[in-house]
Amino acid sequence: MIAYLLRRILYAIPILIGVNLITFALFFVVNTPDDMARMHLGMKRVSADAISKWKTEHGYDKPLIYNDTAAGSGHLTDTIFYAKSARMFALDFGVSDDGRDIWNEIKVRAGPSLAIAVPVFVIGLLVNVTFALLMVFFRATYLDFWGVVLCVMLMSISGLFYIILGQFLVAKLWHWVPISGFSSGVDALRFLLLPVLVSIGAGIGSGARWYRTIFLEEIGKDYVRTARAKGLSEWRVLFRHVLQNGMIPILTGAVVVLPLLFMGSLITESFFGIPGLGSYTIDAIQSQDFAIVRAMVFIGSALYIVGLLLTDISYTLADPRIRLQ
Amino acid sequence: MMFKPVMLWTDALIFVLLAVILIFAVYVRRHAHLRAPWRGVMRSPTGLASAMVLAVFVVVGLLDSIHYRPALPLQPGQSVQYGVEVLSVLDSLLSDLRTHTEKTYSAPLATHLYAKETTVLAGGRAVRIYPRLKYGGAQLADPQSGWAADIGMRVALGSVKGLVLAGVLMLLPLLWQVLRLRVGLDQARRQLAAQPLPWHTLVFMLTLLAVIGCVMAELAAGYHVFGTDKVGQDVLFGALKSIRTGLVIGTLTTLVMLPFALLLGIMAGYFRGWVDDVIQYIYTTLNSIPGVLLIAAAVLIMQIYIEAHPDVFDTAAARTDFRLLFLCLILGVTSWTGLCRLLRGETLKLRELDYIQAATAFGVSDWRIITRHILPNLQHLVLISVVMDFSGLVLAEAVLSYVGVGVDPAMHSWGNMINSARLEMAREPVVWWQLSAAFVFMFALVLAANLFADSVRDAFDPRGKRT
Repeated sequence: MIAYLLRRILYAIPILIGVNLITFALFFVVNTPDDMARMHLGMKRVSADAISKWKTEHGYDKPLIYNDTAAGSGHLTDTIFYAKSARMFALDFGVSDDGRDIWNEIKVRAGPSLAIAVPVFVIGLLVNVTFALLMVFFRATYLDFWGVVLCVMLMSISGLFYIILGQFLVAKLWHWVPISGFSSGVDALRFLLLPVLVSIGAGIGSGARWYRTIFLEEIGKDYVRTARAKGLSEWRVLFRHVLQNGMIPILTGAVVVLPLLFMGSLITESFFGIPGLGSYTIDAIQSQDFAIVRAMVFIGSALYIVGLLLTDISYTLADPRIRLQ
Repeated sequence: MMFKPVMLWTDALIFVLLAVILIFAVYVRRHAHLRAPWRGVMRSPTGLASAMVLAVFVVVGLLDSIHYRPALPLQPGQSVQYGVEVLSVLDSLLSDLRTHTEKTYSAPLATHLYAKETTVLAGGRAVRIYPRLKYGGAQLADPQSGWAADIGMRVALGSVKGLVLAGVLMLLPLLWQVLRLRVGLDQARRQLAAQPLPWHTLVFMLTLLAVIGCVMAELAAGYHVFGTDKVGQDVLFGALKSIRTGLVIGTLTTLVMLPFALLLGIMAGYFRGWVDDVIQYIYTTLNSIPGVLLIAAAVLIMQIYIEAHPDVFDTAAARTDFRLLFLCLILGVTSWTGLCRLLRGETLKLRELDYIQAATAFGVSDWRIITRHILPNLQHLVLISVVMDFSGLVLAEAVLSYVGVGVDPAMHSWGNMINSARLEMAREPVVWWQLSAAFVFMFALVLAANLFADSVRDAFDPRGKRT
């Protein structure tokens, strides 16, 4: 088990290096720092002085990969690649365009992101599984049929509509909660309620339908027939047997996104004005702050790899038959 | 020449795709084992109904993909000059909708503007009133009394026209049957009805679509059916133009992604060993980058490129089109990994089967084994995943446009419509019609696509129940 985990962690390193190289190529090779400077300073009639000043300010005035003017190890370290890309492995993400340290900002903003993402994940999972089990319990009846129809209709609506309508009805028309914003402590609950509810509602359609297929696949198996033959009630069959055996595919989908909860939700956070990592990313994209986008790509990839690892571990916990070697 | 044809990049690719689909359709027709599942799709009521709705969208999208530049009025002693504006066949069909622009917002079917304006009356007195629209309900002498009757008349007339149109459309196959088999009308009807198609659904959907279409056309001739937007552009026109954007993103992305997924997936599964390792490494790496961020990064980079090379694009349409194409490309690059993994697994399984072992023993080349034996057996997987991805891509466009890394803000798209609706919902009174129009059109397309995908999966998935 430990040997397996070690191997998986070692395997993650080349992947992270690959991600790093891709982002480096995207941000510095396809477009030179000169292009970036010109875009930030406005396209027309930018003097060469202004460009080199901008590059010096932001630390882009070095050679890309190899520096032949520097001495010793400076050949490799006094370059854009080392300063901007390789340093990310040491959690040094540099500063954003407005001069703040990105890593500090990330640490502060992870809190509000989690405050939305965790309740959405936990309650959403419970609601979806419950809804799916209900449909399975009433399978092949009209309730099941209309449940599926409702699911397909719900998942055919863009997530943006849920947010806009939710904000309009609950916050603007009925004044139950504030439209957007955030505060700390218990007061935050008022601000969190609507985004959490909307996110859960937006996910029910696809989630419940997906779990329903998983459970239906399980329910056709022999052990279920045996359980029924023993005389177990249908509820007991569903909760004791089908739910437990359906856990494996559910875990695959759920555990892999667990670490990504830190990243927050781009759309929800920016609509509701939550100062989390999702809105941080959106703001960075819209103000074209490449340093932040680069940092978020790197962190997102690292968290995804952690998620894959956690999935493997959770398999062994959910299903004792699976042994990792 | 009155016009000069313009072939945008996405147009060309759409017609390539259309040709591929037609060739595939002919191929399917000739092979009974391929024809059977498609027949299954068309014989299920949801499959047929959703296919009909999709067909309407596709026709509008195709009409909007034939572009030209109209000739400017001829000046004496000058050769023909063409306008810089690129129009499509759909634009010229709906030229009334396109050119009938009001001053600013107006509600659906309204006769007056949304905002009050100061008008100087004949006596020299200035009052603030809701001014009449230039086009919406302009035919009415007195909107107060005539409006409801006029709307009612148009709805009734449209319904009658729709019923007639549906009737004619249903008569056509009947007449074809009569001419082909030289039988009586009654016998032809009985022969058609004997076909195991869901006739009730067919007739119902045909009537529904024809009536909706005709009522809309009838109303649109005198009013703005979905109102007008901030600059007074008809919202119905914008929503119709957005169809092409949605379809292009849903389909061209697939065209981009398929070669990657097929080639790499089959190679990894068939050759195994280090080829497999390398390909697995590539797709795990790409997969681990959060999709939205990779797209955002790539689109930001492309924006720099466009701004640095303005001379590459001769018209504004070419520039927005390039951005759309690039979006499809980058969406394709981020979305091939799922299908690739699926194909790799299936190929791994297939290559161990007896008939492929036998082919290898006979010395059949790898290339031939892959094209003759493996590819046809992967076809259903590819098909299912393509139709399943479509609706997700249409929805993704809206989100990406909101983030600011979607299609060009000047392009008609549902994402841009929703995006501007955000501010409109905060107005007083609320401007709800642009959001509703985007919702109705998007919901219809995505719901139809989802239902169609379900029927295709049911018909093709070997694990599914066969009835």
